[in-house]
Amino acid sequence: MAATDGVQDLKLVNLVKTFGDFVAVDDLTLTFPAGSFFALLGPSGCGKTTTLRMVAGLEDPTSGQIMLGETDITREKPYKRHVNTVFQSYALFPHLDIFENVAFGLRRRGIKDVKGPVNDMLELVELGPLARRKPAQLSGGQQQRVAVARALINQPGVLLLDEPLGALDLKLRRQMQIELKRIQTEVGTTFVHVTHDQEEAMTMADTVAVMNNGRIEQMGAPVDIYELPRTAFVANFLGQSNMVAGTVSGKSGDDLIVSAFGASFTVPSARSARQDGAILVGVRPEKLAIASAGSSVPDRSNRVTGKVTDASFTGVSTQYLVMTSWGDEWMVFEQNRSADILRPGDEVVIHWAPEHTFGLDVPPEA
Amino acid sequence: MPALAPTSGGSSPVVLSGAAAQRRPRTAYLLLLPGLAWLAIFFVVPLVSLFFTSLQAPTGKSGVYEPAFQVSNYLEAIQEYWPTFVKSFVYSGVATVLALIIAYPLAYFIAFRAGKWRALLLVLVVAPFFASFLLRTYAWRTILADEGFITSFFNALHLLPEGRILNTPIAVVLGLTYNFLPFMILPLYAALERIDPRLIEAAGDLYASPFTGFRKVIWPLSLPGVVAGTLLTFIPASGDYINATLLGSPSDRMVGNAIQTNFLQFRDYPIASALSFILMAIILTVVFVYVRRAGTEDLV
Amino acid sequence: MRWLRKNLIPIIGILVLIYLFVPIAVVAVLSFNKPDGKFNIAWNQFSLEAWQNICGVPGVCGSFVTSIQIGLIATLMGTIFGTLIAFALVRYRFRGRSTTNLLIFLPMATPEVVLGSSLLALFLNLAFPLGFWTVTIAHIMFIISFVVVTVKARLQGMDPRLEEAARDLYADPKATFRYVTFPLVLPGILGAALLGFALSFDDYIISAFNAGTLVTFPIYIWGAAQRGIPVQVNALATLVFVIALVTVVSVQVVGSRRRRKLESAVGT
Repeated sequence: MAATDGVQDLKLVNLVKTFGDFVAVDDLTLTFPAGSFFALLGPSGCGKTTTLRMVAGLEDPTSGQIMLGETDITREKPYKRHVNTVFQSYALFPHLDIFENVAFGLRRRGIKDVKGPVNDMLELVELGPLARRKPAQLSGGQQQRVAVARALINQPGVLLLDEPLGALDLKLRRQMQIELKRIQTEVGTTFVHVTHDQEEAMTMADTVAVMNNGRIEQMGAPVDIYELPRTAFVANFLGQSNMVAGTVSGKSGDDLIVSAFGASFTVPSARSARQDGAILVGVRPEKLAIASAGSSVPDRSNRVTGKVTDASFTGVSTQYLVMTSWGDEWMVFEQNRSADILRPGDEVVIHWAPEHTFGLDVPPEA
Repeated sequence: MPALAPTSGGSSPVVLSGAAAQRRPRTAYLLLLPGLAWLAIFFVVPLVSLFFTSLQAPTGKSGVYEPAFQVSNYLEAIQEYWPTFVKSFVYSGVATVLALIIAYPLAYFIAFRAGKWRALLLVLVVAPFFASFLLRTYAWRTILADEGFITSFFNALHLLPEGRILNTPIAVVLGLTYNFLPFMILPLYAALERIDPRLIEAAGDLYASPFTGFRKVIWPLSLPGVVAGTLLTFIPASGDYINATLLGSPSDRMVGNAIQTNFLQFRDYPIASALSFILMAIILTVVFVYVRRAGTEDLV
Repeated sequence: MRWLRKNLIPIIGILVLIYLFVPIAVVAVLSFNKPDGKFNIAWNQFSLEAWQNICGVPGVCGSFVTSIQIGLIATLMGTIFGTLIAFALVRYRFRGRSTTNLLIFLPMATPEVVLGSSLLALFLNLAFPLGFWTVTIAHIMFIISFVVVTVKARLQGMDPRLEEAARDLYADPKATFRYVTFPLVLPGILGAALLGFALSFDDYIISAFNAGTLVTFPIYIWGAAQRGIPVQVNALATLVFVIALVTVVSVQVVGSRRRRKLESAVGT
């Protein structure tokens, strides 16, 4: 296990994990590019932690392969793999002080001279003066940094982070997100960060993979998967979406024409997962403009009429809930740039540019 | 003397994570072997041996018996000693109830009101184990002596049917209560300590008086501790003979005395063995009735 | 009156604690007594004689030493056996788990009279000489159950993630045990050992049945109860009690004081 392994791609090939009848990870094939900050995002029970544990060697896959660079590490014991984990509860050894906690991996690998590397690592996470304290005497944020130091010092090919920021309060979490990003950039190791917090994933990661029911629903740069979700799950899990079910009734150049509840919507073909039949038309609330009914609306815009049922002033923006003509409530986030505020009961028209629309498969009835 | 470790009451089933769950059971058997073998040889076999002894028949010689199937030994034992059995269970039963009444306030105090003194108080509860149990029981002869302060006090109030405490069933019961008190306190404490004190506040917020709050919230939640404590008190108390010997009169002898006398003095091993089994049978019945819903995992 | 109602629980609690200690106090006080006659029951006259001449009565110190010897051996063996079983129960899956649990539980549910007398029956049937070893064997037997319960509780309370972290950090199973598991379980094992020693040292009933002519400290006391317990016995018992109590209390106090000092020194 040379320390000069360097940073390599991590590849999962047809990875499957079942617990009895329950399929936790369903035929996962995924590449984590070397040196990237990768987020595995999904709700509880989607299989993301199980995947992480299989990479760490703490769970045995039912079938499939895990490759670190060119090496097949699928059957390797965790203490032989050059992969390290930052646990959700930090799992710091309570009977050892911080110095010994961080030095643990080095010592187990037979490295005699630990003082230099440990002190350097403690400097990196800004915990130098606390080296001789025990974990119980540290705050949550400090413990978290020790956990990162303890893992990173071993210069793993991949660093796995299992929802490491879950136990921290909001302010601390924001701080640690920036910290972790800085460390990753400085050290250059591949980070695989498992989380259910989509804001966290989008802030920190270069690539985000959204998981649901043991499968990857969509993967890509945060901006890309946010602006163009490919499934209804991603559209709803990542940020919020307004959607309406309709049918493709025709094409116009590069656009699809969709009819729903008597209205007609333009959806660019390239932004639609379906080209015909039943389709879900969606748009994000912040892309919508809202105006009193009867106001002029740009020609090409998609539009929806309705009545305001709620208006929440949040300082930066106003969030409207609008009851559409077909009985769904749509959300609109308007930045407070004009003085006009619409009130509940007002008849309004919502409109948006077709380029912001996306088209999705209608999910099987949930 | 049974367990002091109260924390295992109601423990959740064992969860073995990931690779650990696949460890070979062979290693487990190796780990179990020495201890279980020891228990098998020096606990199970003796009991089996005792059982066979209980069925033995007398030969002409004193203290020598031959293997037989004399079930009548049991009938004889019951016939002769059933009053002793009744007495034993009455004494230990009363002692258990008294112990519960005395222990509960202290356990409650340590669990809810003791704050930073908690650890120290628990040490004090366990401290009596460091002092000789025989001497402590013997000390009651000083405390309850006929000429002593306490006996004279109760005599003045005409509360003593025999004019004294020592050498009466009262002293025996008091001794039993005293000796097994820590075994009642610790499980009670463990159960009470788990109760979220905010439940009491919630009860109060919902119009419950302190007493109702206790009756409807704390008592039911403390029941596992009550069950454990009463069992840990009742079982050893039923088989005890030290308190009866040191603090009671010859007419206050318990089953333990009978077994001991038959074994060591009369050398009537079959009867002594039969008595032992009858005692065990009754105790085990009580335990199983009590603990029927919990699995064996919760007992250990 | 209000004050009384509010503080009723603490008052009763303290009273119960006092009740627990009164007989111990009597034992201690009587160790400074010069009894009138053979029986040391009533206070007569202050005297340090028992303390100055603590081994003065033949058999007292001998039986004391015997009890310590038996205690040490029985505790060592019982703790080892019990710890192994506890590990098996918590860390492994195997068949026969409920039988094992039953076998551990039953000795604790069996009255000492039955435990002692059944073992005696066994030794008699095997014509095994009664004495030091039969008593030790018996003590090991009942210590095992208590050790299992104590160590098991400690093991179950241990975060399984800690061992995972160790394995993640290049510790093979042996190293994981040596550097993580064992240090964390050790306090539980020591506590169980202490408990085992206390149970062995103070055991009368089981020892009495299986000792033959051997005299342990409790056997000596019992025998002496009929003839008059020498004051030296009170002195020895008080000595043991005070040493044990002081040790346990100071460990507690030192531990909590150290914790508090460090907690206050840590910034967040």
